[in-house]
Formats: sequence, C-alpha cells, structure tokens
Amino acid sequence: MISRFIQNAGWPRIIIALFLLGLFIAAPFVGVRVDTSLSNTLVRFGMNGVMVLAMIPMVQAGCGLNFGLPLGIIAGLLGATLSIEWNTEILAWLSGLGTQYKISWLNEIFVTTWREPLGFASAIIIAIPIAAILGWFYGKLLNRVKGDEMMIATYVGFSSVSFMCIAWLLLPYKHPTMVWGYAGKGLRTTISVEGYWLHVLSDSLALNIQTEDIHLYIPTGMLIFFAVMAILVWIFMRTKTGTAMTAVGSNPEFARASGVNVDRMRTISVMMSTVLGAVGIIVYEQSFGFIQLYMGPFYMALPAVASILLGGASVNKAGILNVIVGTFLFQGILTMTPSVINSYLQTDMSEVIRLIVSNGMILYALTRKVRAGR
Amino acid sequence: MSTPLLRLDHIGKEFYGNRVLSDITFDISAGEIIGLVGENGAGKSTLLNILFGMPVISSTGGHEGTIQIDGKTVHFTSPNQALAHGIGMVHQEFSLIPGFTATENILLNREVLNDSSMSYIFSDRVSTLNRTAMNDRARAAINTLGVDISPDMVVSEMPVGYKQFIEIAREIDRKNTRLLFLDEPTAVLTEQEAEILIIALQKLAKKGIAIVFISHRLSEVKQLCSRILVLRDGRLVTDQPATELTTRQIASLMVGRESERREVPPEFPEEPVEVSNATEVLESSPKKKKKKIRPALKVEHLWVDMPGETVRDVSFEVMKGEIFGIGGLAGHGKLGIPNGIMGLYPSGGKVLLKGRKLTLNKPRAALGRKMAFVSEDRRGVGLLLDEPLDWNITFTAMQTQGRFLLGIPYIFQMRNEHAMKKEARKFIDSLGIKCTGPNQLAGELSGGNQQKVCLAKAFVLRPDVLLICEPTRGIDIGAKTLVLDTLKEYNRENGTTIIITSSELEELRSVCNRVAIVDEGRIAGILPASSPAEEFGMLMMGEKPRTGLSATE
Repeated sequence: MISRFIQNAGWPRIIIALFLLGLFIAAPFVGVRVDTSLSNTLVRFGMNGVMVLAMIPMVQAGCGLNFGLPLGIIAGLLGATLSIEWNTEILAWLSGLGTQYKISWLNEIFVTTWREPLGFASAIIIAIPIAAILGWFYGKLLNRVKGDEMMIATYVGFSSVSFMCIAWLLLPYKHPTMVWGYAGKGLRTTISVEGYWLHVLSDSLALNIQTEDIHLYIPTGMLIFFAVMAILVWIFMRTKTGTAMTAVGSNPEFARASGVNVDRMRTISVMMSTVLGAVGIIVYEQSFGFIQLYMGPFYMALPAVASILLGGASVNKAGILNVIVGTFLFQGILTMTPSVINSYLQTDMSEVIRLIVSNGMILYALTRKVRAGR
Repeated sequence: MSTPLLRLDHIGKEFYGNRVLSDITFDISAGEIIGLVGENGAGKSTLLNILFGMPVISSTGGHEGTIQIDGKTVHFTSPNQALAHGIGMVHQEFSLIPGFTATENILLNREVLNDSSMSYIFSDRVSTLNRTAMNDRARAAINTLGVDISPDMVVSEMPVGYKQFIEIAREIDRKNTRLLFLDEPTAVLTEQEAEILIIALQKLAKKGIAIVFISHRLSEVKQLCSRILVLRDGRLVTDQPATELTTRQIASLMVGRESERREVPPEFPEEPVEVSNATEVLESSPKKKKKKIRPALKVEHLWVDMPGETVRDVSFEVMKGEIFGIGGLAGHGKLGIPNGIMGLYPSGGKVLLKGRKLTLNKPRAALGRKMAFVSEDRRGVGLLLDEPLDWNITFTAMQTQGRFLLGIPYIFQMRNEHAMKKEARKFIDSLGIKCTGPNQLAGELSGGNQQKVCLAKAFVLRPDVLLICEPTRGIDIGAKTLVLDTLKEYNRENGTTIIITSSELEELRSVCNRVAIVDEGRIAGILPASSPAEEFGMLMMGEKPRTGLSATE
C-alpha cells in the first residue's frame, strides 16, 4: 500500500513534502510562527494558482510549458490598468443602465456596494479579449516552430515585456493614481489597487482570526475562485475539443489521421493559456495590492513552470492535481525556507535564498523533462 | 578444389523466438559474383548483419552455424573485425559526410599523412594531410569504377548516382578488400549508370574481389552474376549458376512454389456494372453475385508525395464488398496509395467514392465519407501510446462522428467515459485483446494486440471502405492469422469493402479477391488472387510478362 502510494506520488514530491513538513516543525524553534506561515502559504497558493493552471492547456496540446506566460500577464496588466483608468466611466455607464430601466436599487449596488467587485470584473472582462487576440498570434507563431516551442515561447515572453516597457510610457493613460506625478503621463512602475479592487477575492468570506495566540488568515474567496477556474479547466479538458487537444499533444499524427485540425487545436490551447495567464495576474494583483508594470512580468513564467513540474507534470502531460500539489509545495517552500533559515542564520538572506530555491527547483524540474519526454 | 574465400555453414538466426534465417550454407570463391535475391523480409538484411558482425546480432543472442574465411572459422562481434578481414559493404542508405569532398569521404580515417617532427613527438593525430596523394588515390579508386567524378566535388552537391559510386570507391580503396557486399546498389541509379556500375563490378571481380550483389532488378542480376542464390522465408531455396535460371523462374522461386497452393478466395466479378439509378445497393454479402455491383472506390491518376513511397500515376477500381490487395516491393509506392487517399500526404488526381468525388488532402473528408484507415506506422500514427485503450478505440469516432459524447452538438459536449469504456470492452472481448482493461495504456500492449486495437479503432467507425496498411507487420504468426481472419469475417458480415496493402504477397493472395502489384509508383498489373505466384513475382520485379521486357531470358 505504502509502496503504491510512493509510486503514484513519486519520490520527488514525497521528499519535498517531507522537507516542507520539516520546515513547519522547525519553525517554532527559530521563532517563526506556524500559523502565520501557513496563512502566507495559503495566500501565495491562491495568488499563483491560476497562473500555474495556465500551463495545462498548452502542455496537454503538446506545445510544451508556457514560458511565454508574460504575454498573458501583459494582457492582464492592460485589463487591470484600463479598469482603473475607466473605473468612473464604467460605473457611471452601469448606473446609467439602472436609471434607464428604472431600477433604482441597481444604482446603489453599482455605485456603492459592488464598486470594487465590479472594478475587478471589468479588469478581467477587458483582459480576456486582449489575451485571446495576443494568444491567437502567439499560437500561430508556435505552430511554425513545432519542436522548439519552449525556447521560442521564452523569447516571446521576454520580448513582449521589453516592448511593453516602451508602451507603458507612451500609452495615453491619464488617471492621476497611475501616471508619473512630475510629467502627468506615462505609467508608474508600481500602481496600487487600493480603493479599486484590493483584496476583493481574498477578503470575501475570508477566515481572519487575529488574537493574542492565533494569527490565522484564510483567503477563502480567492481559493474558491481558484477552485472554480480549476473546475472549468477540468471540464474543458473533458469536452470534445479538450479531448482532441489532449490527443494532439499525445500524438499529433494520430490526431491528424483522425481528422483533427492539429494547428487549430494548438492555437486554441495557446489562447486558453494566455487568457488564464491574464486572469491569473489579476487575481495575483488583487491579493498583492499592486500592479507591477515594466519588468514585473519578466520572470513570472518561471515559478509557474517550476510549480507544475514539481507537481509531477511532464512536458506533455499535466493535470489539475499536478497544479494543486505543485503550487502548494513550491509556494510552501518559497514561504518557509527564507523565513526559517533567516531566523536561524540571524541575517537577511531572504532574497538570495528565495532565488536559489526557486531557480534550483526549476533546474531540477527541467532535468526531469528529459525522462518524461517521448 | 581450393578453399573458398568465404564459407557459410548452417547459419541460422532467431529474433525473440521469431525465426528469420535457417540453415544457410554456401561458399564464395575469389573473383566470383553472386546474386542474392529475395522478397522483403526474406532474411537478406539479417544475413548481411551476421556477416558484418553488426551488434544487433550479438545483442539478440548471436547466430547459429559458423563462418569461415580462408578455411579459418571467424566470429565477428563488431563491423571493424569484418573490415579487418577484408569484408566491405555498401549499404542501401548512404553513409557519407555531406559537407566533405569525394576524396575526404573515400579516404576517411585512411588519410595519407605527411611526415613531420610533431608526429614523432606526439602521434599521427597531429600530422597534416597529404592532399595530392589523397586526391590521386581517390581518383584511382573512382577510375576503377569507370566513372568521371571530380575528387574535389562536395558530396552534398552530387546527384544520387554519384554518391553510390563514392560509396563503392571507398570500399575499393581499402587495400585488403576481398569480399564486397552491395545492397541494392542500382536502386538509385539511372540505367546508364547501372550499366557502368555493372561493368566496373565485373572489372573488380577480375582482380579477384568476390562480390555479393543484392538487387531486385532480376535482369541485372542475371547479366552480372555467375551464381544466383534465392532466399525465401529465411531459407536458401536455390543455389544455381545464373545461366540455368530464367528471370521468370527466379521470380517464382522468390515468391513461393505453386505446390503450396491453399484455398484461395473466389475471384470477384470483374466488370463494374454501371448503376442506372442511384438506388443504394443493398448491404449484402459479396457472395450473392446476382446483385448489381458497382465500384465502391474508383481511383484515377492518383499521385501521392509520400517520402520513400512516391505514387506517380495509379488508377484502379474496387468493387463493393471486395477485398482488394495492393502488393509490391518496399519503396515502390504501395503504402502511398492508401495514405494519399486518406489525405495524410499531399496527393492529386481523382478519387471517387461510391460515384461521388472525394476531397483529397483532408483526412476529415475521407473519414466523413465513412472510410477508415489502419496505418502501417502503428506506433507513430496508429495509436496514442500514452493514452488508455478506450481513448485509442473511440477517439476517431468521437471526433468525426460525434459519438461517445454527452451534451448539445456544437455548443457543449463532454466525452462519455462510460460509453467509451463499454465500447472498448466490447472490442477487447470480440477481438481477444490481451490487456488489463480499457484503462491500460496502448503503449504497454504487445504488437499483435496493438494491431487489434488499431482494427477496433477502424471498426468502431462502421466504415463502408476500410483501408489497411501492413496488417501483420511486426506481429507473431498466431496474431497474424487472427488479424487476417478478423478482416475476412468483418468483410463477410458487414459487406465492407476492404483494401489491404501488404508486402507479404502470400498473405494478400490468401485473403484478397484481387491483388494489384505496384512498381515504381505505378500499377504494374491487377491479377485475381488465384493467378500463379510467378506472375505476381514478375510484376513485382518490373518484368511485365506480356511486354518485351523479358528479353533477357
């Protein structure tokens, strides 16, 4: 029974899980609170979950790991900034609808009670079409470089980030909370979402116990949102299209001989990945509290890639369980290692350790790829 | 009689219990040219591998019998030992370095070196090359062959024929070469080039080099060789002087004797009956000949660009309910025909399915017209190795016919795992697929069971026309009979038109009503399965019995 479990879970996950458990056990001895650590881990899990989920469609369709996630993130950033830029207009338009149809209570809801959730929803609604369009072009590109998707995707991500560094400065944003104070134009590097949709998901239905002895915070709303997204992806992968996509990833020649349009499936998968990436970054920002522009998205793909690989996915097979397990382990290690080791060493090495741990894990995960590949 | 140069004594070989060679015994004397002929799979390559000490032989348990060179028993475990004993080999596939010149390729690893002080201190590895001497040697080797190729020409810029000559020149240049094996050297040559090569080989033989010439072009074999050995099913069936055999006899020896005739399916009514009105012909057993029969599939001037299996111009008709065979040697395009019809490789021409034109180059169109395909490349095209059996069996039907789905078409459809498993179980039982259940991955099954999964995949589609490539390739004999019987039964029960492509002629003759033989991308002839084997053999060898080509006899 035990050996079966080990075989199913895989040694790497067991070792890392044991290591994580060890850190939790060691934490109290070096003065790190277990409950806050656990809360942090859960928050980070919720923040990153959707972006890790974004890996699934492309992996299943045989496009490899989505190293081009920054492209989706950029779409999400556009959605987020535009939702703030047009916040007043959007709310005014919605309450206008209320007046038009003579439903006075709608006005109240739109302008006051639901102001923040509506802002968040508008960010997602704006981001999705942008992500879909960018993803379509990205998918067309990846169809031309079959076999080298991951390398090309990396550079798509990097170059799109650099391109947007120019665009963020030049785009005609006007909103005073977002543009540079001295010039009145060009977006700032970090934009606070406070007053717009800070913690809209995290704080809804959140379990927040802050007493003398316990400091526990569970972002229930964000976790539910992640669960809903995961279920949607799970359902999609079981539809006719999702099945065809999986077959394309498993054996493109088989899929072609079965009358499946391989390139179309691949494009759809890339579009889905990009859209999920866009949604994922908005979820991340509402919890984090800031929109990070410019070089912010640059290394965003790597933790997501590392997480899903750590969760036991291979370069051409990935499932929801891989996402959940991988994200939890990766974010857990990332939360715990710096805090525990810092307290032990009595110096501030958190950033260094964080880099070593996360890059080390990517390195480890990518070496596994060779065995997983066909 | 002096000791022969090479003597093979009761050579035999088994691959995993699958006997491919048995009891091969023959001698070769110096200066002799021997023709070795046989169908694909007769055991020629295995014999060459044994003689050349290829690792594939020793790693699969070695071989039986002994090999003697100059009367001394030798045992090669690597090709280098064979080279040291003066055995040279020119393979069907070129092993040349494209970016190197002819000289560099011919003298690779045998370069002429300049003496220098450095080489005394270190080793020959630091010596410089004597280009002039090398060019002279290369030119000498090329001249022996009677062709005019510049030694400075880069191999990648050469026509295929030249490359073949360079390969041979390399073997000649090796000083101790005494025995030369040529595996289909003329396959890529034009007729004139082949002539030149034959003359060159005769010259070499006069110098005392023994040559074993393997070719499918029987007239060349007869022209060049003094003795002809025919291999069939791993046995040496003939060892006779070339003058005593006609090409027709060789052909019939290759494909099998008439005395082994078994029950052969009845000839299918030949002439297609024009259908007056578009009343669908009843799904009836083909045996009721009274029924009007019209062609289920009509192919006109089909060309297919399938690498290694080019189809140039093929026209044929297959009747409804018929089992039609397509045979021929590997590389002549027989596999290209079904692959082209199914739209897997670029193709052109005209294909009529039940009188209506079929859109080419679109697998979906062919599948949508109730055609099903079993690929020759089982692991590459035929299966999802990393997915469970129920996926493999039902996927095509799900995608093209919308079966095994729940929900509203075009809007939201999820796969019906329950129905998929049920269907898979049905076929696992009816075809006797040995597995742990519908959840087992296809990659874990044995070859024969994988083939059955491929058949199940096609049967699920309930096809009107079923195209099957190499149904028995790489599976053991028990599974072979089972697969063929399944096909026959399916044809009988459902009246499905089946087109089988196979390199095993005997197999086609035992299952099919009629068999077409493909030669160089064209149909050499279509014969009823009951025709004598030698007629098929002649068609395969490109010797049309009724035309003047048999003049070499």
